[in-house]
Amino acid sequence: METFLKLFRRRSLLQPSVAQMVVSYFLLIGWAFVVLFPLYWLVITSLKLPIHVNDGPVYLPFVDFEPSLHAWKYILIGDLKNDTIRPYVNTLIVGLASALLALTLGTMAAYGLIRFRYRPRLGAIGAFLGCLGLAVIAVVLGVPWTIAAVAALALFILILQTVGRRFQKSLGNSDIAFWLISQRILPPVAVVIPIYVLYQQFRLLDTHVGLIIAYVGANLPIVVWLMRDYFQTIPVELEECAAIDGASRYRIFVSIVLPLAVPGLIATFLFVLVFAWNEYLLALFLSSARAQTMPLTVAAQNATRGPQWWYMSVLIIIMILPVIIMAIVLERYIARGLLVGAIKG
Amino acid sequence: MDRVRAALERWAGHAFLWPVVLVVLFLSIFPLLLSLYLSLARLQFVPGGFQLTFIGLNNYRKLFLGSEQVHFLGLAGQPSLIGWAIFGLGVALLAWTLVSYARGQRATVGGVVGRGLAAVIGSLILLMLVRTLAPGGRPGTITVTLIYVFVDLTIQYLLGLGLALLCTQRLPGRRFFRVVFLLPMMITPVGVAYMFRMLADTTKGPFKPIWGALGLYNVSWVNDPWGARAAVMIGDIWQWTPFMFIVLLAALEGQSVEQVEAATVDGANSWQIFRHITLPEILPVSTTLILIRMIEAFKIVDLPNVLTNGGPGTATESLTLQAYINWRTLDLGGASAVAYVLLFLVTFLAMTYVNVIRRRLVET
Repeated sequence: METFLKLFRRRSLLQPSVAQMVVSYFLLIGWAFVVLFPLYWLVITSLKLPIHVNDGPVYLPFVDFEPSLHAWKYILIGDLKNDTIRPYVNTLIVGLASALLALTLGTMAAYGLIRFRYRPRLGAIGAFLGCLGLAVIAVVLGVPWTIAAVAALALFILILQTVGRRFQKSLGNSDIAFWLISQRILPPVAVVIPIYVLYQQFRLLDTHVGLIIAYVGANLPIVVWLMRDYFQTIPVELEECAAIDGASRYRIFVSIVLPLAVPGLIATFLFVLVFAWNEYLLALFLSSARAQTMPLTVAAQNATRGPQWWYMSVLIIIMILPVIIMAIVLERYIARGLLVGAIKG
Repeated sequence: MDRVRAALERWAGHAFLWPVVLVVLFLSIFPLLLSLYLSLARLQFVPGGFQLTFIGLNNYRKLFLGSEQVHFLGLAGQPSLIGWAIFGLGVALLAWTLVSYARGQRATVGGVVGRGLAAVIGSLILLMLVRTLAPGGRPGTITVTLIYVFVDLTIQYLLGLGLALLCTQRLPGRRFFRVVFLLPMMITPVGVAYMFRMLADTTKGPFKPIWGALGLYNVSWVNDPWGARAAVMIGDIWQWTPFMFIVLLAALEGQSVEQVEAATVDGANSWQIFRHITLPEILPVSTTLILIRMIEAFKIVDLPNVLTNGGPGTATESLTLQAYINWRTLDLGGASAVAYVLLFLVTFLAMTYVNVIRRRLVET
């Protein structure tokens, strides 16, 4: 009886009892199977000849069927070599650059929204919308858009400096945050054509910079929202101490706040990286030969002869490898206890 | 030098926020205006190019009243008594919240009008759901999208939270599980869609023996409307549970150990610790997560497009897929109109969510 009860006793604060461990492992392995089985199927499909796929399922290489590297050869050294490597490099550049940039800018804004009070005045917003409307009317009437934009901006500043000061009613930080996240609502289908036209004007089509800007813009709201919540859990006392010691706002942000938010930063970074890495519809429109990214190559394997499962599997596998490596490297930083030492010390 | 520093310090608030506002403004204003205009116009091809004709609200009229009504809103059936009871209960609940707000201390005229509007829209959505899901009815793309969002979010959140809690325990090998659980999120959505098409195939997929044993050998299970919807939802849950998982994991790992220690010393059990210490700490992140996932889930397109092509009929078609199909057939006006309806619907739901639920849970 005594030994039986022991199974249910916690061994220490963070160490679960034996019975708990058994149940936990059971659940963890169960979900791991759900996650890994489709991926296993992907790997063996990449080793199959078309005939092995089309004649019904075979499960085990060497037992059920003779694995073949034909798809890997075709993608990596054969006909598709150049069509694989260039998009691959593009995806790396665009994904990493846009994720880092979005993380930097978004983290700053999130910190600002937590620690400062912004009061965007309704008068200013109204004036901005009014000037925007005037500019649109001017463009419709045939004024070149550059002139209309400059004139509207000048008018806006003029109004702001004179009449705008009288309207003191203002919005708050949470309204700014909501405005940011609401920019994610419109589906990409509705956005691509306007962005295409916009990029044509700025000569950003089929460039890395263009894709990076688009992905940074798309990811910023998510970074701001997630980081805002992580920052909220950081005690303000630490920052006050540093401020008394004479550190500037920027200094406090870089050397106190950011190190404490590392778990959140890593989680957010992985998410925005994955988003830019995998984005399909914007890439389809904004890039063609030079800046094409990998998701387009994957979708292109759905040829007129039907989906080329084996090539597609190879492409998906080589596409996720870098992200998996990054996740393995970064996962260790999502760990408990970073905050504890800081408060005690 | 000191003056420069002081100036920098004074402008710190602006320096932190403005870059983001400018980037987002640059990318959002023009698309918002142009697609609004497109939704009020028709694209026609004329010799030497194309022409946009302004047709007012015709694109919207077509969706709500005209030829696209059944496709978009669905076909109304005859709800059973239970259906009407659910509807009545929902409306009563909405009315009760409205009245109790109006009688409260902090009620303002604007607040009452806004909440009244929200209650009316909420009742209309509920009416649509009850009638199109009733026997004899057929859900339109709005209903299907709402079902996707609701079911996916609930299951993803619960699964993600459960897995995150399991992974915070000091178990040997937990780092392996943490990385494995992230994998589905890393595959490009188009790739996930093709992968699930492969898995769901009843003659070539790995589950062929199971279909055979169930006597569903040559019946493609995606021919049944609810089977097809379930397939789409399983794919979405598989792919996006990791997002919930990783963000909740970071939040759980960020909480301080001292409180948990103190509670354990005082003899609290694990449920009490979770309910009174852990849950309040992860609530802010949770509400943000649900908001972000809600907005993203409304835009579901790749899975139904590749897996079922919206079929059978239009049973699995989401709003974004409907817009996408319109757009592929160069009906840009129709596509923009659907997108704008989606924009209004999601903005309404997100505002209600933020104002009612998030404020109540987080800011009290």
